[in-house]
Amino acid sequence: MSDTAQSPVGHPGRRWQARLGLGLLLAPALLWLGLLIVLPHVDLAILSFRERVGARQYVASLAQYRTFFGEPLYWHVFVRTAVMSVIATLFTLLLAFPIAWIIAKLVRGRASSLLFIVCLIPFWVSETVRTLGWMILLRESGVLPALLVKLGLTAEPVELLYHDTTILVGLVYTSLLFMLVPLISSLESLDNALIEAAYDLGANGFTVLRTIVIPHAAPGITAGCIVVFMLTLGNYLTPTLLGGKNSQWFTEQIYTQFITRFNWEQGAAFGFLLLALSTLIVVLGLRLSGQRFGEVMQRT
Amino acid sequence: MIPSLPRPAWFRAATTAYVIAFLAFLFLPLAVVAVFAFNDAPYPAPPWHGFTLDWFLGNASKDRVGLFQDSELLTSIWTSCLVAGSVTVLSVLVGTTNAFLIERGRFRGKAALSILMLAPLVIPGVILGISILAFASRLADLADDWLSWDLDFLRPGLPLVVLGQFSYIATIATLTISARLRRFDRSLEEAAWNLGASKTAVFRHILLPYLRPALLGSAAIAFLMSFADFNTTLMLVGADAPLTVMMYGRMHEGATPVLNAVSLFLMLASALLALSLLRGGSKK
Repeated sequence: MSDTAQSPVGHPGRRWQARLGLGLLLAPALLWLGLLIVLPHVDLAILSFRERVGARQYVASLAQYRTFFGEPLYWHVFVRTAVMSVIATLFTLLLAFPIAWIIAKLVRGRASSLLFIVCLIPFWVSETVRTLGWMILLRESGVLPALLVKLGLTAEPVELLYHDTTILVGLVYTSLLFMLVPLISSLESLDNALIEAAYDLGANGFTVLRTIVIPHAAPGITAGCIVVFMLTLGNYLTPTLLGGKNSQWFTEQIYTQFITRFNWEQGAAFGFLLLALSTLIVVLGLRLSGQRFGEVMQRT
Repeated sequence: MIPSLPRPAWFRAATTAYVIAFLAFLFLPLAVVAVFAFNDAPYPAPPWHGFTLDWFLGNASKDRVGLFQDSELLTSIWTSCLVAGSVTVLSVLVGTTNAFLIERGRFRGKAALSILMLAPLVIPGVILGISILAFASRLADLADDWLSWDLDFLRPGLPLVVLGQFSYIATIATLTISARLRRFDRSLEEAAWNLGASKTAVFRHILLPYLRPALLGSAAIAFLMSFADFNTTLMLVGADAPLTVMMYGRMHEGATPVLNAVSLFLMLASALLALSLLRGGSKK
């Protein structure tokens, strides 16, 4: 399985051997991408463009998409999911940027890599565990409400779960890692001499940030934002557990259609709408920052 | 600002305060999960009733089922291990062949194929799940109608969960392994050839040892990601629930601190894995 196609060509036997080697390397990739990615998505598309008219009888139609746009509940949830994801992405960026700066620029050597590893640790544990922690902290009988009563800030324990803010806190928390990694790597490559020069020329902190740091870190910022937005949009666990019945997250609608109601045609259409939105954002983000898809993925 | 420039005292103080607050935010949820695994009360909530190991060992007199007696939880941990093991083996194997394909192969459509390999990372997990569910069911229906074969592994269940998780974890393994292969010094290989080594010998004695850190690293990442996966698994799961799905179900109902106990176990296990990985990484 070693060198395959690059072995010196010329001898017919060797050429044949090289072909065979390449074929053996191609097979797993094609099976993986063909059977688990391409064909299932083609199938999902077909599913979303048909309508059930009788027992095991289907016709091609746009009925599933019509239902989505005709039923306010569905597209409200869709828009809500998108808006909340944008807000969560912005907060993640605001919260992660100072830490990324501190790790990349202010702290040096061992301390810097130590701080970075400490920031990574929580993300080695599954999202389920972290969400359980937030539930214990925030629920009415939980730690923070009890603390608030003790401090005399509230007379009775208040329910901190099941609010939009709770969902946002949970989403930001889960996303931090995916913002930190690309931010740190793009800030580390910024030459300190540029900042010193700007400072010597009389620029203040804000000007340095606006004219030097942000333009330099733009690829990292875009990469982080794209990944965080995408993961937030497709999240299921955090919104449903921290938002409860009020979560109204779009992935929940997909689950309901597919698993609870067994309406696969409708669920497939919802899935495609979510995929379209997520792809649109990825493409827009890449366009805006003038980057290629491959580069961004390598970064994260 | 950077260390070489003057920073006012308030700026330094603010920086330290921010780091402390940030770390508190990161670790607070994990800390409460760990602490309430030892609380002598039927629910993971304050106030503190004293230290107990009931949620690990169980306590018949108080009607408490501990982690080590909760056969449902233990089975789901075992299920998760089986799934994660399979996903790891598949992902590392396919990741390795993919790395050689992308780094060494020359064929038409290579650029397109390498872009397609990244696609699973930008498809939301829920959608990977439903598309594989729908496609597998269609295949199973076809096999049933035409050949009256009963292909059970294509119905929701562990084989589909493995395939669903593998569909995107393979990308991560591919990226990790090909990044290492790209930095390989080809002259080492050529030297071995000149000295008369066979292709298999070159692969076994030169390439494989060189790739080892990447193979181990991607195996650990694949195992952890599979263990933690929820979105894809939820759509494909059948009767046997892996741990994340089982925990999710119980969290909805408001569970006893036995969930904290199992979470603490997960934290320790992943910390151990992370540490051994970091140590292995620093040796190389």
